Amino acid sequence: MSAAAEGLAIEDFAAGYGPREVIAHLDLLPLPPGTLAAVVGANAAGKSTLLKGIAGLCSAQGRVRLDGEELTRLDAAQRLQRVGYLPQLLPQGSALVVYEALLSALLGGGRGTVSAQTEAAVERVLDTLALRPLALRRLDELSGGQRQMVGLAQVMVRAPRLLLLDEPTSALDLRWQLRVLNTVRELTRRTGCSALVAIHDLNLALRFCNHILVLGGGRLLAAGEPQATLDAALLRRAYGVEARVERCSLGYTVVLVDHAIETEETG
Amino acid sequence: MAATALAADYRRFTRLRLLLLGALALALVLSFVADVATGPSPFPARDILRGLLDPPSLGRAQSVILWDVRLPYAVMALLVGASLGLAGAEMQTVLNNPLASPFTLGVAAAATFGASLAIVLGFGAFGLGQHVAIPLLAFVFAAATTLLIQLLARMHGATVDTVVLFGIALLFAFEALGWLLQFIADSDALQQIVFWTMGSLARATWPKIAVVAVVLAACLVMSSRQVWAMTALRGGEEQARSIGVAVERLRLVVLLRVSLLAATALAFVGTIGFVGLVGPHIARLLLGEDHRLFLPGAALAGALMLSLASIASKTLVPGVVLPIGIVTALVGVPLFVVLILGRRRRA
Repeated sequence: MSAAAEGLAIEDFAAGYGPREVIAHLDLLPLPPGTLAAVVGANAAGKSTLLKGIAGLCSAQGRVRLDGEELTRLDAAQRLQRVGYLPQLLPQGSALVVYEALLSALLGGGRGTVSAQTEAAVERVLDTLALRPLALRRLDELSGGQRQMVGLAQVMVRAPRLLLLDEPTSALDLRWQLRVLNTVRELTRRTGCSALVAIHDLNLALRFCNHILVLGGGRLLAAGEPQATLDAALLRRAYGVEARVERCSLGYTVVLVDHAIETEETG
Repeated sequence: MAATALAADYRRFTRLRLLLLGALALALVLSFVADVATGPSPFPARDILRGLLDPPSLGRAQSVILWDVRLPYAVMALLVGASLGLAGAEMQTVLNNPLASPFTLGVAAAATFGASLAIVLGFGAFGLGQHVAIPLLAFVFAAATTLLIQLLARMHGATVDTVVLFGIALLFAFEALGWLLQFIADSDALQQIVFWTMGSLARATWPKIAVVAVVLAACLVMSSRQVWAMTALRGGEEQARSIGVAVERLRLVVLLRVSLLAATALAFVGTIGFVGLVGPHIARLLLGEDHRLFLPGAALAGALMLSLASIASKTLVPGVVLPIGIVTALVGVPLFVVLILGRRRRA
């Protein structure tokens, strides 16, 4: 397999729910291995549908290639071994303890049993996410943010080649938002896996991601290096807001939203 | 070694739960012996042991009491309780609902209707007699209901809501049909129907016991292959789906399995509620929701409940054996409340 075939490439992609097509004719230039791409856009722009469609969790057509392998030709189980999808919904509060939730993430899809490898994998990811103190706590005793971290741990423990994270920071406080995105960035750098992260906070996207996909009405409005891609015109088209893209005193690019545009201007 | 410290912690954590599972099993053995020993004529534990190990050493009368009355009752209580406990536990997991039990999907109502039909029509199952016809029709209707729900759910997508709504619709339909039968039944038949719905272990015979045992064993083996998928489901349906659990398929397979399990058990003893609902809760309180322990725990808890209920049914009113269905709830509710209160205090 040539190096050019690696990473993630999407061609003529459509996805939706039954007869309702949310995303149509979406093409994505190949993203090299190790890409951390933010998926942004207004509500109902198709962010979640894109991630679910790539994972094979809703109906989808088109071609999705990961490291030279055509994902759409694989059966659901094989596909989900390569792709780790984090749902927007938090893990539910049940009597499971965190350690069991992670074991079940490793073993639930197949017929395996607990082994030294599974134990080591669980321990590693709990340490990476600093969740070790929670290992034997029940899910229904955890806060929403802690459960969101457990959800991320469930994805990471399976060591997928592509992470699809649907709003992984929605329930987290400021510090944990930074820590989680930092951890994901480290992971993509260290292992060369790629990640698509649907996220509402554009400043976090600018800060951590090396690529951005801006969706609107089920289509790709723009894609590229985040700081070069985001500008006032795009934000007006994508979100219907007046905003400025400026540099802060530390040199980071930041988005400052001034106000919503009253009459809907959709692109 | 730091790399294995967490695994060791978890094993220690599980060891406590295994001890609790062992305690449950021990309690069940004691309850079983007490159940066999309880009855109109005294039967000391020593004689039970002797009768089991060396049957000819017992007198003729003793032997008949042990092998034809006490043991079938006690074994049936165990098997039916375990079946309902296991069925309820799996049902609660795949429907993600702590109120689900084999009764939720109309299985019991259908079984009752089938039994009532056999009683009212005086159906003799092709010359085999009513004692075959009643469980046969009860099972046929319960199984048919299960298959109908499966069919509807397959056509409509097996979400939790769809399955539960279809189940409830069938539950009401069969209850109405059951009342219709009771309305047109003569007083003899009516009395029989009412007695059937109260549940009784007096219908236990060794061939029936063999049928329930085989079905229970087969279901336990099949469940054991899906323990991790079901455990994953407790973390959330979307989460389970995203790790490759075919949630809809798992739901339909499990529902089919546990409905047939419950139908088999109920066909022979009549409607015994509560065990299928509460057995799993007791197991969850003691053992958590790792299904490797939770499922056997729910089966043991169900068996223990029904075994204790069987003892109570013989002792509550001297000289009378109360219908087991009545006693189950009366004995089970206080136990359940104590467990819930105990948990609150610990938390």
